[in-house]
Amino acid sequence: MDKILFGDNLFFAVNHLSDEKSRAQAIRFKENTAIIEVLNQAREVGINTFMCTTHDRIADICDYMRNNPKEYKDFNIFPCMPYAHKYANAVTDLGILGALKAYMPGNAISVATKGGLAFIKKDYAAMMELLVDAEMKMFKGINTPVIFLQNVVVDLILGLGMQDIFLAFAKHVKKKYNAEPGFISMNMCKMVDVCEQIGIENPIICSSINKIGFRVSGSLEEYESYLTDPRKKFRPIAMQVLAAGALKPKEAIEYIGQFPKIEAVLFGASSKGHIQENIKLIEAHL
Amino acid sequence: MIKAAIIGLGKMGLSHCSILNAHPDVELVAVCDSTSFLLDVFNKYGNQKTYSDYKKMITETQPDCIIVATPTKFHADMVLYALEKGIHVFCEKPFSLTVEDGFKMVKLAEQRGLINQVGYHNRFIGTFKETKRMAEAGVIGDLFHFNGSAYGPVVLKEKGSTWRSARSEGGGCLFDYASHVLNLIHFVIDKPIDAKGTLLKNIYSNDVEDAVYSSLTLENGLSGQLAVNWSDETHRKMCTSISIEGKKGKMVVDATELKIYLKEENKAENLEKGWNIKYITDLTPLVNFNLRGEEYSAQIDYFIDCIKNNRTENISSFKEALVTDSIIEVLINDTLK
Repeated sequence: MDKILFGDNLFFAVNHLSDEKSRAQAIRFKENTAIIEVLNQAREVGINTFMCTTHDRIADICDYMRNNPKEYKDFNIFPCMPYAHKYANAVTDLGILGALKAYMPGNAISVATKGGLAFIKKDYAAMMELLVDAEMKMFKGINTPVIFLQNVVVDLILGLGMQDIFLAFAKHVKKKYNAEPGFISMNMCKMVDVCEQIGIENPIICSSINKIGFRVSGSLEEYESYLTDPRKKFRPIAMQVLAAGALKPKEAIEYIGQFPKIEAVLFGASSKGHIQENIKLIEAHL
Repeated sequence: MIKAAIIGLGKMGLSHCSILNAHPDVELVAVCDSTSFLLDVFNKYGNQKTYSDYKKMITETQPDCIIVATPTKFHADMVLYALEKGIHVFCEKPFSLTVEDGFKMVKLAEQRGLINQVGYHNRFIGTFKETKRMAEAGVIGDLFHFNGSAYGPVVLKEKGSTWRSARSEGGGCLFDYASHVLNLIHFVIDKPIDAKGTLLKNIYSNDVEDAVYSSLTLENGLSGQLAVNWSDETHRKMCTSISIEGKKGKMVVDATELKIYLKEENKAENLEKGWNIKYITDLTPLVNFNLRGEEYSAQIDYFIDCIKNNRTENISSFKEALVTDSIIEVLINDTLK
């Protein structure tokens, strides 16, 4: 896994600090060419992994990558699924069953509407696999060595205590995509413990890790103890290291550098200068 | 351990399930829903008993508290039944379809001395709490106007046949989206009591409004405006904001930041002349478990803490939610004039 993972939040108007900045981002990245331009810049300065949600527009970015194999042949994408707002808005509108039907790939819907619901109903693992496959379609022919479950889903399942679903997901992405399963969670320590319980060894877990404890659950001390305790075996990826902009890059990355266990940092930046500054800091401290 | 049960496994119900189940002082004993598909998921993967009849669930599992997260039209029957059995109740918003029903629930909860809460989670967001504090402390002086708004992408095309597309069941932008803003205006500034010039606009829905605009008057005499639209795809998710204007300055707040403009420096508050920004990073206390936002855990943690420690002050009570239902009724009546 690369030390530096380029994130996609800025492309899709996700700004945890300001709705106004979100809007500015939505305007700047209205066209896919603007996204590709930034990705090209990132690649030029040495970034080789793009970690992104399975947003509809990513499909176009994937097309571009497939059409430019010279530049992107060895480039990695870490897909993060599902794009939660798509489902959340659909659930509000159509109910949970309606949303599932709307997003289940072709034959599953027809099975369901033909009165075969009882059949697929019981096999949740198969349904999950179908949903994963639907989200993975856009990445055909692209290297996806790690496939992530988004935090909304991970934390929902984590809270519900339905951890067998994590196992089923891990099994499927390993078998079908020859990929490592990854888990984004706002509850890093709990997720580490659950993975240990169910036998997902040395899991890749991506969580908010930053000096001021922004979007950390429990306590920062607990996070720090998990990051330093050699008995807690996991592969942490740090996100929100800048605490949504509350920290300056230097102090933020220096803090991350204290924990050799952290394998990678996820960040996004829209100018070449900022990207380079972050790379330099991460290379120096991680 | 506090024994909890949930009725209604929609988006909010599932989210509450997860948060409650992760709570160290809570044992989530049972869930109830009319969809067997969802109950089967719990049967297969969960540790809770599953029911399709809430009365049976309550009788058999004897919970200390219950979460009601069903469509609004079912709230009154379920909440009253639980209260009669001496069970503390957390009810999703909007609270009741009619003020009459709401009043019955408020009265019974008070008579029985039971903890009661409604899921207006914005009351647990740091930026809004800070705005309330500063408005009350007179940081921007005497107030003369406010704007409350919410925009989001819920109904974006012409279709729809769920309970959310029927006003009689608590659907529509007014009940679903505007209720949040009306409740928040009450929380941050004061109780809305009158509405004039209300416009309910259909954009894509046939039977309910997709946008709500109105001029509101609060109990303290302050007037201001409401603008809510759930068919606005320029927003990725629901964005709720309030701006308040006073003689000494202005505050503009949403869930992520609070911007304060002051005509003069305020040393006591450590605010400069001109624009000041307070970020959510400084205003959010940590929660033990985080599912898609601290405020959702914070409201459940608070509910459980009120039960455990018999706390009677109430951040988001039935009574306050009934004020929201009342002003919704005023808005509807205003359009009929």
